[in-house]
Amino acid sequence: MTIDWQHFTPWTSLGGGVLIGVAAALFVLLNGRIAGISGVLGGLLQPRAGDIAWRVLFVAGLLVAPTLYGLATTLPEAVIDADYPMLVAAGLLVGVGTRFGAGCTSGHGVCGISRLSPRSIVATVTFMAAGFATVFVIRHLLAV
Amino acid sequence: MINLASFVCGLIFGLGLIIAGMANPAKVIAFLDLAGDWDPSLALVMGGAIAVATGAFALAGKRASSLLGAPMQLPTRQDIDLRLIFGSVAFGAGWGLAGFCPGPALVALGAGLPKAVIFVGALLVGMLAYELINRALTQATPRAQQGTH
Repeated sequence: MTIDWQHFTPWTSLGGGVLIGVAAALFVLLNGRIAGISGVLGGLLQPRAGDIAWRVLFVAGLLVAPTLYGLATTLPEAVIDADYPMLVAAGLLVGVGTRFGAGCTSGHGVCGISRLSPRSIVATVTFMAAGFATVFVIRHLLAV
Repeated sequence: MINLASFVCGLIFGLGLIIAGMANPAKVIAFLDLAGDWDPSLALVMGGAIAVATGAFALAGKRASSLLGAPMQLPTRQDIDLRLIFGSVAFGAGWGLAGFCPGPALVALGAGLPKAVIFVGALLVGMLAYELINRALTQATPRAQQGTH
């Protein structure tokens, strides 16, 4: 392992993380809910009366964020190396996986660990390990 | 008010993801690439978020309702089952393949990136597939669906 100091962005990453924490904190204190993106989104696929508007608006906030950011300053570049078939495979895995595992990086990784939930700690360790392993296989074993 | 709070929280969350670098899949993959040129930045994203959220969840855990009067709905399950492990392995594998998890994918969709459209489309199909599989499993074993998440 070598550390890529050139691309290391400690302050913006910490600052962005703090904002994510503020959003999760406000969400639980104001609305009494976990800011887990896969859960918010998944709930829209089994809609129940009175349980739709807040989900749509939370998702809308995420969707509007890049436009608002772009009004203030230049949106940072997003580089997506995966080709279309790989994006489809990845999307299907993330969709099925986050629903079976009842959470993703936000619900388990941020909110769950903040609550010291054993399920979320196990889930986070598991998906991080799977992510490390997948990138190792693709980058270094298959050398895609 | 609840709906306005949802929108504002989604917006702050999204801005945080952009500033943190999470909305750039190449940076996410560089974090997951321990054997290559490792970019540790994203560990600080999670650290910063958890540092802020911990106090709020401790406070929330002591309350029956939120500041806006909604019922406090925190997960109560403690059991570690096969679904949690299987789901997390599948999610981690997909995360490593493309560098997208659900939040950043929605932000990239909002930025109008064509590849994000494909990813989010597949994500929703995967979530729908879960609903069908879950229904089949629940009919086979009626006690399978317990707890709220």
